[in-house]
Amino acid sequence: MSRETALNAVMVMGLFLVPLWALWADEPFIITLTTKAAILALAGVGLNIALGLGGLVSLGHAAFFGLGGYAMGILASHAQSYAPIMETPFLIEGTKSMPVIWVIAIITSGLAALAIGALSLRTTGVYFIMITLAFGQMLYFFSISWPAYGGEDGLSIYVRNGFPGLNTLDPIQFYAIVFVILMAVLVFAGRLAKSPFGLALNAARQSPERVETVGITSYKLRLIAFTISGMITGLAGALFADLNRFVSPTMFSWQTSGEIMVFIIIGGVGRLFGPVVGAVLFILLEHLLGGLSDYWHVYLGVLLLLIVLFARGGLIGTLAGKEISHD
Amino acid sequence: MSLILLAEQLLNGLQLGVMLFLMAAGLTLVFGVMGLINLAHGSLYMIGAFAAAAVAGVTGSFVLALAAALCAAAAAGALVEILIIRRLYHRDHLDQVLATFALILIFSEGTRWIFGSFPLFLNIPTYLSGPVTLPGGIQYPLYRLTLIAIGLAIAGGLFLLISRTRLGIQIRAGENDREMIAALGVDISKLYTIVFALGAALAGLAGALVGAIQSVQVGMGEPVLILAFVVIVIGGIGSIKGALIGAILVGLTDTMGGVLLPALFKTFMEPSTAASAGSALASMLIYILMACVLIIRPTGLFGAKA
Repeated sequence: MSRETALNAVMVMGLFLVPLWALWADEPFIITLTTKAAILALAGVGLNIALGLGGLVSLGHAAFFGLGGYAMGILASHAQSYAPIMETPFLIEGTKSMPVIWVIAIITSGLAALAIGALSLRTTGVYFIMITLAFGQMLYFFSISWPAYGGEDGLSIYVRNGFPGLNTLDPIQFYAIVFVILMAVLVFAGRLAKSPFGLALNAARQSPERVETVGITSYKLRLIAFTISGMITGLAGALFADLNRFVSPTMFSWQTSGEIMVFIIIGGVGRLFGPVVGAVLFILLEHLLGGLSDYWHVYLGVLLLLIVLFARGGLIGTLAGKEISHD
Repeated sequence: MSLILLAEQLLNGLQLGVMLFLMAAGLTLVFGVMGLINLAHGSLYMIGAFAAAAVAGVTGSFVLALAAALCAAAAAGALVEILIIRRLYHRDHLDQVLATFALILIFSEGTRWIFGSFPLFLNIPTYLSGPVTLPGGIQYPLYRLTLIAIGLAIAGGLFLLISRTRLGIQIRAGENDREMIAALGVDISKLYTIVFALGAALAGLAGALVGAIQSVQVGMGEPVLILAFVVIVIGGIGSIKGALIGAILVGLTDTMGGVLLPALFKTFMEPSTAASAGSALASMLIYILMACVLIIRPTGLFGAKA
């Protein structure tokens, strides 16, 4: 077992045991905090497929995070007010069922990622960073100026959506859902990286010419990776909206894109657990430094700067060695 | 819609455009010469505005305030370049984005720490306030007209600097072949610091000038930064000419779209839906413009072929 695998196992144990301890110690706030970290980690795992595996530096993943959030917000608000979303040509009603919302969030953000990716992947380098940013901003400004679903004020959902057989308003039960999804997606992402598709994508990042020479279209690989990546981030957005029972244009803002990217960099680019380590650390810092000083972003900025300048490969890279393990 | 209103909006668009150019010029120079994406450029804009507001508050002089904005932003730019940015030139874009994102956090929260969360105000000096009457009977604020004039003058000066002076030759040479000019004996790290400080000074000046018509507050730089990125991407990264044309294009599109689209939609929709649909589309218009430009020309209007 390599040091990275050991570190990953510690992370999983931590995510499993800390909320259980919090339940025993009657600290519901800790459970909510862990839930937030797990959901943000999920968004990061999504981006990491594009960023770490595909080398696609997307500064617009807030678009998918927000679409997932608004999929939840729109469906639940219609169910809340008993007003159908549309009546002609066929009836579509809102829903308060989590699984249905997830499917719709995944489909919506997947279609958006397919469209945005198809256009953006024509460019490379800085232009790619900027065009993804532009698409994110497009949706951000649209969500602000479109008044039907709250506009700038956002949308509140009074009761958390339901999951068959569980009471989602109980923090630990909602966390259980999030934990299972995060683990399932991590298993999926781990297998994806080792699949022929993942290997080809990795090769296309390192040397597109060689991949093209053996007859693989790297554009297609990247587009599929970008779409899968957007779908996972969209699912995280729906869960995040359910955690807060609130959606607002902030989910679409470019700072959100930046933060999701920060999780990956803190943890380690291209590492399976990079975003998990990063998101947990981010939430921990937000909580600890936020209690210390109102201006905790200064410390976060300094820390981030030190990581970029001196700890290349992120936290996992520093703790477990530079080589990305292939076990 | 009257022609006078249209002319006013054209001038507003032009004013936004030239101010965006001041921001975009620095960004595009830094990218063209050093190959660096600088997200913290908006923070230098903010520093300029805060320096101007602080100095104007103490001395009451607008000219001194502008000078303070230029100096503070240039000094902050040079300091950041020497301490941090210098280590990022040979890194990939991801590291640059992250490090400069970190700088935004430090600058924004640092400014909030020093000046507090409440916005400061920078007043337009009395000799520049009030409207003037332009040919055709258009009443237009003198200050905004001054902004257009300053912006165009600086654009002209920048073109002269780049095309006629020794520094300009070094900058152009640096864009083409940095090893070669280093081999010819140009102190490359000093040149980089100068270019970075020059871009920072322009951003700081823009911040101070715009700060007088908006409020001076933490976070004021980021919306402008994003617009400036749109500008340089449309114009082609590294091209000053592209930055100027892109800036005016974005300024006009943003301003005219906000006026014309709701009016256009009213011709075939109910007034209330037309207003909301029109303003929703108008707010996305420049990003749509940018996406269209990139799809047709993936390296911008005047960008070098990658």
